[in-house]
Amino acid sequence: MLSLNVNGQTLEVGEDVDPKTPLLWVLRDTLGLVGTKYGCGVGQCSACTVHLNGVAIQSCQVPAESAVGQRITTIEGLSAPGATLTAVQQAWVEEDVPQCGYCQAGQIMRATALLARLPKPTDAQIDNDMAANICRCGTYTRIRKAIHSAAAKIAKTGGAS
Amino acid sequence: MSSKPFEPNPYLPEYLQKLEIERHEQSLALSRRTFIKLTGLAGGGLVLAMSMGPGARQALAQTKSPAAEVTLNPYIQIRPDNTIVLYAKNPEIGQGVKTSLPMIVAEELDADWSTVEVRQAVIDAKLYGPQVAGGSTSTPTNWDPLRKAGATARAMLVAAAAKQWNVPASELTTENNVVHHVKSNRSATYGELAEVAATLPVPDAATLQLKPRSSYRLLGKRITGVDNTKIVTGQPLFGIDFRVPGMLFATFTKAPAIGAHVKSANIDEIKKLRGVKDAFIVGQQGDHIGFNPGGPAVGSGVAILASSTWAAMQAKKQLKITWDETNASSDSWTDFKAQAKVLAAKPVAAQVLGQAGDVDGAFAGGKTLDAMYTYHYVSHADLEPQNTTAWFKGDHIEIWTPSQTPQAAVDAVAALLGLPKDKITLHQLRGGGGFGRRLANDAVCEAAAISKQAGGIPVKVQWMREDDMTFDYYRPGGFHSFKASVDKGGKLSAWQGHFITVSRDGKAPMTAANIAPTEFPANVLANQRMLQSLISSRVPTGPWRAPGSNAIAFAVQSFLHECAVAAKRDHLEFLLEVMGEPRFTVADNLRALHTGRAANVIKTVAQRAGWGREMPQGSALGLAFHFSHAGHFAEVAEVSVDANKKVQVHKVWVVADIGPIVNLSGAENQCQGSVVDAVSTAMGLKITFEKGRVEQTNFDKYPLVRIDKAPEVDVHFVESNYPPTGCGEPAFPPAAPAIANAIFTVTSQRVRTLPFSAEGYTL
Repeated sequence: MLSLNVNGQTLEVGEDVDPKTPLLWVLRDTLGLVGTKYGCGVGQCSACTVHLNGVAIQSCQVPAESAVGQRITTIEGLSAPGATLTAVQQAWVEEDVPQCGYCQAGQIMRATALLARLPKPTDAQIDNDMAANICRCGTYTRIRKAIHSAAAKIAKTGGAS
Repeated sequence: MSSKPFEPNPYLPEYLQKLEIERHEQSLALSRRTFIKLTGLAGGGLVLAMSMGPGARQALAQTKSPAAEVTLNPYIQIRPDNTIVLYAKNPEIGQGVKTSLPMIVAEELDADWSTVEVRQAVIDAKLYGPQVAGGSTSTPTNWDPLRKAGATARAMLVAAAAKQWNVPASELTTENNVVHHVKSNRSATYGELAEVAATLPVPDAATLQLKPRSSYRLLGKRITGVDNTKIVTGQPLFGIDFRVPGMLFATFTKAPAIGAHVKSANIDEIKKLRGVKDAFIVGQQGDHIGFNPGGPAVGSGVAILASSTWAAMQAKKQLKITWDETNASSDSWTDFKAQAKVLAAKPVAAQVLGQAGDVDGAFAGGKTLDAMYTYHYVSHADLEPQNTTAWFKGDHIEIWTPSQTPQAAVDAVAALLGLPKDKITLHQLRGGGGFGRRLANDAVCEAAAISKQAGGIPVKVQWMREDDMTFDYYRPGGFHSFKASVDKGGKLSAWQGHFITVSRDGKAPMTAANIAPTEFPANVLANQRMLQSLISSRVPTGPWRAPGSNAIAFAVQSFLHECAVAAKRDHLEFLLEVMGEPRFTVADNLRALHTGRAANVIKTVAQRAGWGREMPQGSALGLAFHFSHAGHFAEVAEVSVDANKKVQVHKVWVVADIGPIVNLSGAENQCQGSVVDAVSTAMGLKITFEKGRVEQTNFDKYPLVRIDKAPEVDVHFVESNYPPTGCGEPAFPPAAPAIANAIFTVTSQRVRTLPFSAEGYTL
């Protein structure tokens, strides 16, 4: 039996689940948090990005058992249902970043972690972090713009939302 | 009714023409027995006339909507609180139609967009005509029907107000969900009028007054995607996100050598593994090698059904299958290249697809040059690997899938299971990318077959990335061997294209491996010849974003630059001269290449990019044009190259003439994305195969461009008054040749292979 702290809640994972199952599949298939996406399974595309103690990681590469006792945040945990979106989520909507939208949860999770660490990132700093994530539709121009725009929003409101 | 035989739009790709004909025949059958009247649409498509009787509207309202919503037609429902539900008819795969098509309805309805909720429409040809995401056709084929749908509903709401106030309808105006009578200072909301409006006669389409562009309030604006809030909060939307209670998660393993059959497998061992609930061999059903969206397409393989995707994937790794490779592909890309070289040396033995003028005379009287271009196979690599959920229930089946051709998927499953089509319910889900891959319904067929064979258990078949990359309907590889001449005045005097492509039957090219006999520049030159030779292949091919064009443009626009260089002419001036006088290349066809529209976008892009300006050492601008999907696109790439063949694509300027823009944000996004996709594909993407086995299995061997290598993209739309055309594909083709032409200008080295990495260039 695994006990995971996901989006501020303690969730029990049954004994039928192999504790070595990648966190990605426990989130999706066992806990029903399907916002985190499968793209490659080999740590290449980062569609599966979530936060472990605030740090962006590829959940397809982390066995669920090693996430026990750590703070896991998924895209569903950034803002409560129906509540105000975070600055990053807002910027993504305002800049109309998504095309198919499949990679965007992973992009948003990585961008959120980046802005928590570097509140006013340069283009080079954005490249350095965000190059981990593939967008097959090629929305990179807008991802960059949305990150700058979110940074400005956060600066204005005086803190990460 | 006229008895004139139905002719599909000749400018649509072959696979869509075929679908158009099938849909047309089905629709004719329907119109004879239902209330729906079908009318012809310019361009050969079919539209629903807004001519449903009140009984039909009532039936629709009962089956499709809660009582609170008043249905005015299949696209529009109005709620008493004056909010509006609009139905998006076509599959959404990232091309933006779930937003842009309802915008067209909303414009003519005079709806307040902020009150609009968009829902995915049911898959039903009776209500919506063709529902397909392919060929950049959603906008051009739906432009008139959707404007009429909006205008019809608006006219009915106006008529309801006119009746209520006893004033002439002509004195009424509408704006933002409200009907006004200025003279008497009265107004009523659509929400208040809807119930009465729904009982009034549907106006004749001929009496509808569509808005002139000058009075558009919504079209042409930047509107954010209707699903964006759901996307940024991670709500379930995509095929992979779907589940039903009791559902099992399945993998399906087909042969590494394409087309091989399972002889035996360690099924008993697999069944004992943790989480595995069932496993079995699935026999081949139909033809999964040939691209046929409406036919059964299940390859021979092994299905594993488990309690989670991971358990199924882990068990898949333990599979030991003995394959019968008697009928499998043994194709080798190395061998294809060798064959192409031999064929290119013998143009006299090639089939003549078309010719005009005196090609040989012009060659004899001018300076000739020749070159051979090669392009590799590529995979679609949708970020969401193929998947479908199916639940076979004996006499019917329910399917949830992100297909690009959902109506054809119903046909395919009907044929596969021997069920009548009305026993198949298909729910359309959002696709995590498409690019043409989801035009094929092989994953849908697999899920249907597996759910049935499992005894009616709901099953989600989920392909692993490795399955997705090693079994695809690939963009075919191919070869173009060119010869051309320039005369003493430096003018292009003759052109011969010898296209070497793949064929399954030895007679005709495979899907998306063909070329039009009149492909540019054949359609603008007096002396031209188009030849074709075939190589036998069993590697599946299919439409891939801008089919044909995605590689033809690279070859043609690069070789045209070679001609300009040979003629010692400026590329811009040379290209404009090739276009010649402004004219349609096919008389009276608004979807044909117009040389004046071409020249306009070429000149405009040159101006925006500063063509001819002084460039820093190691940098240059490259230019290319391509016409596809009825869109005229010219692009300039600013590129630098160092001594180690390291390339930087700094910026790409796109100028497009696709008529009026529906959603400026969406259209611009498509162009930006197409250019990034083209940079990926041109610089580093290739699929190779030996002994019928694809050699690339995941993104580590298939280097899609990332943000650090993506160029800045400047997009400008000319917004001419021609009917609007699609935008998901035509921005792709000119980017690769524009980059290649810039590389030549910097290095004097001509890149003649896609991807450029095959010639040692890296990003």
